[in-house]
Amino acid sequence: MSGAIQKKPGNRNISLLITTLLFFVLFGAGSLAYDRFFSLSTFLNLFNDNAYLIIVAIGVTFVLLTGGIDISVASTLAFTCVFSAHLLRLGVPPVVVIPLVLLIGLGVGLLMGYLIQTFHLQPFIVTLAGQFFMRGFCAVISTNSIPITDTFYKYMALGKVSIGKGKLYYYVFFALVVLAAAYYTLRFTRFGRGVYAVGGSEQSAVLMGLPVTRIKIAVYAISGFCAALAGVVFSFYTLAGYSLQNMGLEMDAISSAVIGGTLLSGGVGSVIGTTFGALIQGVIQTIVTYQNLNTWWTKVTIAALLCVFIVIQRGIALRAERRKSG
Amino acid sequence: MDTQEKLLEMEHITKKFPGVVALRDVQFALRRGEIHALLGENGAGKSTLIKVLTGVFERDGGDIFLEGRAVSPQSPQAAQNMGISTVYQEVNLCPNLSVAENVYIGREPGSAGRIDWKTINRKAAELLSRFDLHIDVTQNLDRYSVAVQQMVAIARAVDISAKVLILDEPTSSLTAVEVRKLFEIMRMLKARGMGIIFVTHFLDQVYEVSDTITVLRGGEYVCSSPTAELPKMQLVARMIGKEYEDLESRPSSSLADRGKRDLFLRLQGAASAQISHVDIDIQKGEVLGFSGLLGSGRSEIARLIFGVDPIVTGGLEIGGRKTAVKEPITAMRAGIGFCPENRKSEGIVGELSVRENIMLALQAKQGMLRAMSRRQSEKLADEYIEALSIKTPSREQSIHNLSGGNQQKVILARWLATAPDLLMLDEPTRGIDIGTKAEIQKLVTKLAGEGMSLVFISSEVDEMVRCCGRMVILRDKKLVGELTGEEISEDMIVKYMAGGEQFEPKTETIQ
Repeated sequence: MSGAIQKKPGNRNISLLITTLLFFVLFGAGSLAYDRFFSLSTFLNLFNDNAYLIIVAIGVTFVLLTGGIDISVASTLAFTCVFSAHLLRLGVPPVVVIPLVLLIGLGVGLLMGYLIQTFHLQPFIVTLAGQFFMRGFCAVISTNSIPITDTFYKYMALGKVSIGKGKLYYYVFFALVVLAAAYYTLRFTRFGRGVYAVGGSEQSAVLMGLPVTRIKIAVYAISGFCAALAGVVFSFYTLAGYSLQNMGLEMDAISSAVIGGTLLSGGVGSVIGTTFGALIQGVIQTIVTYQNLNTWWTKVTIAALLCVFIVIQRGIALRAERRKSG
Repeated sequence: MDTQEKLLEMEHITKKFPGVVALRDVQFALRRGEIHALLGENGAGKSTLIKVLTGVFERDGGDIFLEGRAVSPQSPQAAQNMGISTVYQEVNLCPNLSVAENVYIGREPGSAGRIDWKTINRKAAELLSRFDLHIDVTQNLDRYSVAVQQMVAIARAVDISAKVLILDEPTSSLTAVEVRKLFEIMRMLKARGMGIIFVTHFLDQVYEVSDTITVLRGGEYVCSSPTAELPKMQLVARMIGKEYEDLESRPSSSLADRGKRDLFLRLQGAASAQISHVDIDIQKGEVLGFSGLLGSGRSEIARLIFGVDPIVTGGLEIGGRKTAVKEPITAMRAGIGFCPENRKSEGIVGELSVRENIMLALQAKQGMLRAMSRRQSEKLADEYIEALSIKTPSREQSIHNLSGGNQQKVILARWLATAPDLLMLDEPTRGIDIGTKAEIQKLVTKLAGEGMSLVFISSEVDEMVRCCGRMVILRDKKLVGELTGEEISEDMIVKYMAGGEQFEPKTETIQ
């Protein structure tokens, strides 16, 4: 029997490998082109400036892995910022505000997951409704930017650790903890493996006795929670809440995941890849800034990258199929 | 054999769906250490019986006893916990996970919620090596061939304490060598005392590996017999509903051959991914039958001619000219129409009206830019509703509200509207009432009389005899015979279908 099996060279991690390489190539290119680009400080600033994006993107990755989609996250993030700022202005202490907004994020995700699963609704539509709903509530609370003056928030905004010549703000550690927890969950827990199984073949997952319903609801709850947590981090980062903040961030999060090797059809991807995907967007942003270009060039570059990545992924999949049939 | 304990017994099983009785008073018994083939043509009730047994469907009547105890599994999971596992034709594993994980997912070893990958990989490798499968279990499942995936599925099923293993058409996508291997494993499991239910439509395989055969037909129990005592011809006769004695005595009612006619279409050594090397001539104004059991390749030839499965090698001539039919629209332009086998999924467009369903093919043939006017399409629909006496409240009725027979007529109308030179009908009378059946058969003969060529495919032999002027017979994706005019008779067809040269079962393989 073993003679009949052709061993195939690993292509499971090719996407991740390409993403990682691309990150370093871009970083290297920036270093060659600009003075003072190549430094630990530039590298760490990628994390400082993209911590919230990394958190959102990791949350969305869970949903994408099951083959779903969540486009409500940017609004949830904005709502978290506005609502936190509003409560803080009313004098509610952070120790109440932060758990509350996190619970709201979790609850909204849970509700959307429940609707999608119970009524067999399209995730796109349900989370689109969620997006409008949360964005709408931001404006209901306030259409103006609300500054945050709370001392704890200020402490978190400015507190940092120095590493060599660079610095890492405290809130970056939220992103690192989320990354570690997500990695462990997806790799070493039954729930995490269930997420991959559902994305690989939902019908098989049912027949193998996995709790598919619970898994599919849980990923939206995780995504909502991550969005709210990213909102908390973002309010540390900007010390303000504004209803029009981060319009379109959900697409940045999804493109981070896709550039990081996640297939929108589900079952393939990793949070490490997603993190690199987010960092790649950060590098491009930095290069664009150094080049003194309009920031929209970031979008143009990322659009081009996305196209390239989707074609590469398809190419890998096709090659695998051809090997098998041939 | 009789001394062996009964492992599983199903008695008086009845399952009704709205409007249909899928199983009527069916019985089935499986012993320990037995490979039991469950056979029947499409719609015989095999899969319904399996689904009742595995808890996918709730039965409406009857009892199931597992090791003497009455059981009623409510889900595949519950059935699995009782010791009844199923391996489906479509491998139900996750292609994106590793082999080892596919064996253990949902029941991973490990402590405190942390999955112990080392143990999983080691245990999976051990388990698979018992199946003589020495592969890298850490690789993704989709790196391996379907055969290997099938083995992994079986290993998983058996490892979850299976007493009863159901193999639902496990060999359809395997090569001959892989089938050998599967049979070895089945015999090994049998020697361990496991009861195996083997659903297949390859009769040679039944005689090679099974101990007992149970035949279902039209949702009813037909017979159950040790494989050695049921010759292949009798088996085929039982499956298609003709007693063997019947066949011998009944005179054939075939149409007379009307002599040599003009050639319309010629396949020469044509092959697609599904079927290899077919030589067939189709003449103008004849009804040519493709006979064979399900899976024999009869539908595949039609699909090849219609360009659904593109021709890989060999040639196709239409009206004496070489034609490359790469997709259905080319075939349609060349004057070919095709009513596929699955009316629901490949025929009707359920939400559209009768009128819209009728005009679909003609519109496609004309091209999307030359839209038919409302008046034209209404006229067309009315014509065919009248001509084929389609029973519908109005031409604007959604087609899914019509009965099966009337839906079939609408599909026929759709193709007749394109005025084809060759019309291929795959199981046009399945699941429809006898009256409509007769109408369709008459229509086929009439169309041929008007000079149209027809290809007729049906599982019902008497229908084939009645309609076809000439017939090719297929077995295991090969042409095995051709009958013309007076030669066409039920017993000849059955002989060819069962295996032209060897009318007796291969007794040496039976234990």
